[in-house]
Amino acid sequence: MESIHADVIIVGAGGGGLRAAIAIAQSNPDLKVALISKVYPMRSHTCGAEGGAAGVKGADDSLELHFNDTVSGGDWLCDQDVVEYFVRQAPRELVQLEHWGCPWSREDDGSVAVRPFGGMKKKRTWYAADKSGFHILHTLFQTSMQFESIKRFDEFFALDLLHRDGTCRGVVAMEMRSGLFFKFQAPAVILATGGSGQVFPFTTNGAVKTGDGMAMAYRAGVPLKDMEFVQYHPTGLPGTGILLTEGCRGEGGILVNRHGYRYLQDYGMGPETPIGEPVLKTMELGPRDRLSQAFWHEQKAGNTVETPWGDCVMLDMRHLGEKKINERLPLVRELATYYVGHDPVSDPVPVRPVVHYMMGGIDANINGETPMPGLFALGETACSGLHGANRLGSNSLTELLVAGKRSAERAAEYAQQAGSGGESPAVDALAEDIVKGVRELLLQKGDESLSGLRREMRNALEEGAGIYRDEASTSAACDTVAELKQRYAAIEVHDKSNIFNTDLQQALELRNLLDVAETVAEGSLQRRESRGAHQRLDYTERDDEEFLKHTLAFRNPEGRPRLEWLDVTITRSKPGVRDYSGDKKS
Amino acid sequence: MSKRELTLEVMRYDPEQDTEPYFQSYSVPCEQDWAILDALNYVKEEIDTTLSYRWSCHMMVCGSCGMMVNGEPSLTCKTFVRDLPDHVRIEPLANMPIERDLVVVLDDPMEKMHRARPWIIRQDDPPPPDQEYVQSRAALFKFKQYTMCVNCMCCYSACPQYALDQNFIGPAALALAHRYNLDSRDQGKSQRLDILADYDGVWECSFVGACSEVCPKSVDPAAAIQQMKVDGAIEWWKQKLPGGKS
Amino acid sequence: MSRRPYVRPVSNTRWYLSNGRYRRYILREVTCLLVGFYCFLTIWALAVLATGSADRWNEFLASQQNAAMAALHAFALIYYLIYMTFDWFQLAPKAMPLQFGEHKVSARTIILAHYAAWAAVTAFVAWLVGVIP
Repeated sequence: MESIHADVIIVGAGGGGLRAAIAIAQSNPDLKVALISKVYPMRSHTCGAEGGAAGVKGADDSLELHFNDTVSGGDWLCDQDVVEYFVRQAPRELVQLEHWGCPWSREDDGSVAVRPFGGMKKKRTWYAADKSGFHILHTLFQTSMQFESIKRFDEFFALDLLHRDGTCRGVVAMEMRSGLFFKFQAPAVILATGGSGQVFPFTTNGAVKTGDGMAMAYRAGVPLKDMEFVQYHPTGLPGTGILLTEGCRGEGGILVNRHGYRYLQDYGMGPETPIGEPVLKTMELGPRDRLSQAFWHEQKAGNTVETPWGDCVMLDMRHLGEKKINERLPLVRELATYYVGHDPVSDPVPVRPVVHYMMGGIDANINGETPMPGLFALGETACSGLHGANRLGSNSLTELLVAGKRSAERAAEYAQQAGSGGESPAVDALAEDIVKGVRELLLQKGDESLSGLRREMRNALEEGAGIYRDEASTSAACDTVAELKQRYAAIEVHDKSNIFNTDLQQALELRNLLDVAETVAEGSLQRRESRGAHQRLDYTERDDEEFLKHTLAFRNPEGRPRLEWLDVTITRSKPGVRDYSGDKKS
Repeated sequence: MSKRELTLEVMRYDPEQDTEPYFQSYSVPCEQDWAILDALNYVKEEIDTTLSYRWSCHMMVCGSCGMMVNGEPSLTCKTFVRDLPDHVRIEPLANMPIERDLVVVLDDPMEKMHRARPWIIRQDDPPPPDQEYVQSRAALFKFKQYTMCVNCMCCYSACPQYALDQNFIGPAALALAHRYNLDSRDQGKSQRLDILADYDGVWECSFVGACSEVCPKSVDPAAAIQQMKVDGAIEWWKQKLPGGKS
Repeated sequence: MSRRPYVRPVSNTRWYLSNGRYRRYILREVTCLLVGFYCFLTIWALAVLATGSADRWNEFLASQQNAAMAALHAFALIYYLIYMTFDWFQLAPKAMPLQFGEHKVSARTIILAHYAAWAAVTAFVAWLVGVIP
């Protein structure tokens, strides 16, 4: 097996991975950075983000307000020191991106424009029409091309971490096009592989979002934190699950049920605001968890619209006018027209909640450090404590930038201190084992179908870890996933080629998905309260006494994951009431 | 929704088994609102798991799923079954070597993108770190369309110059260079033109215009190239004048 | 076992037969033969003029006034002037984008402006040459 040595390895070349690579290349140009990605960087799912990136901009806005919005939006599960750091660094990072050429939309005076977004008291979401993630990703990717110290390994599928004595030493990856295995060795490894929406049947997430980094860390003994917190974005297109940005509502779009009624006012987000004049932090600009939960109730009450793709509510943007839609929401118009045949200029568009983001992830701190020395994690892959129990829209794109820079600088520092450590027979042996595992998977015989197991896993999570959970269905989900992990031993990879074997790739991704799925199910079961995006029908209240804690899921080779609990860091904001009604105090 | 039976003729190639590519036929019951990518996913999930192809976002922004559909370079997530006949031929993107099945080798276009120096180049200092450049909406509008490229490489597939001569830098790379040349924050135009206003650069283009016709994001790379020819010519003359650099 | 990327052969001489878009492009490019022909004709005419001989000039004019030449000139007029010009004017807006504020002047406007300019120049030349009084 060929060995590749670097100072810092970054797995994942989306917004976070690229920002990290650039940060190291700028601050330490003599450090060798190996940037590994299973797809070309511009295919990363950062490109699917639409709405924007939050950072305090206006004179009437403040870091305090951004902090408060984020912490209350996260239902007080946020680690407040992380939030403080984040809101402070956000504006600077967004300006840096602008200097690098990001085509932010502009105000009339040529300054960068900001738009209203869910759960935010003030307008602070920087946006590039409705393709913010796409433009951020391309800006970072193109900017990264000028740095010689960043060596890219495109279409290399990372398999598992290399570690020795509880310290991370690198990663083994398979080059997709040749099927050859490579031992990447470095003192520091940063995981930035994104989330894992593909564990659910219905998601905005692209095919790449299979939780690879989360699973690799998990298998290496690093815990996954708060995995039960899964965000349902309120407005996805039915059928495909394609995202329609929160910006639709920021620009004034409204949600109505089958009676043409703006139902959100019945769920603590009223009173009704005038059409086309959204008031921040109420009605359609409430937080995502509340909006998705409202849909669930409306569906139960029979108020949703029946469509060929199932039950929906209608997102009405007609009053915005063609000019505004073409300027601020052109992609949304295209997507709605092509995929569901409704042009938002003339028709309301059917939408429904769809899995979008995982607040949970690899246990990481404000520096991206995980419990394993040498292993760092950032972005959706990590759970840094920024988002708590529910993420506010447009905080995650900014997180990529802030965490990308911070984690990278810390990783570079660590790499220089730790040094390369020389060759190690233990690491070599582990690498051989990892490769042996893949070869065995290729030879495995059985009559289980890969797509069948995947479908069963997704259905189990939809049933047991959906918008609302309860003891019986969630417990069933835990059992199902455990069973599926057993049955995985009987799937057969029919494609035996070394050359770009996507059958094998999907089998490896399923292995990762199952690892992630068991932590989502277990967390959902053992958190017996309702908080943010995790809602229990049998424990409907937030329980700060028992559960103002993070879950830490540890892999258990004998069976179901073992959960530990970790206190939340509270600095300034004591848990309060999340009030999104129009006549609130905050 | 009633289903429609489509026959997909898909090009296959496994270098470990095949000396050359061949077609394999699949019968797929399609929903009316499907994209052809959905049909391919059906094949892979239900009929033949050995079929290899690239895809991810399924919303026309990642650029992974470019393939030839009935001879036309297309984004398969944006090519709908409702607009296709019952018989659909699917091949890997033209003008690039086939790695495996529908997967092409993208090394050359990727290297070309890099050659365009696609980043903000400054002569003067940028504004301070807490201050953005002032860029009017008109200035943004000037280069906005060229930022839309998803790097699907359909344009390279459509371009006959690239088909005949792989030295040609190609539409997407040139459009990307033009994007930066037009950006009011950039000062790197003459650097880029030195590289691109050259035999293998803009002057290889004979304005066939196929690239712009197939581009799924309406970037119009043909326009970018012709504009760069004008820019290149002006730049060449400027350098001849006294005071121009040699 | 290793990679063996397969390069699909492209015919240097027949590539344009594969689709309508390429065939139309070649039809446009083939007008260069007509351009070449008219260059030759112009040089020939100049050479004849340079001899200073009125007889030779009249011979030359006579040689252009038979049915075959008339047909060729008519064909050239339609094919080159009209088809080629039409095609190039369609492409003109791409090479010269005009923007005012956040609006691009529409392609249609630019194309029409080209036709107007063409008509004006044609009228001027026609007047110069005495076709129009």
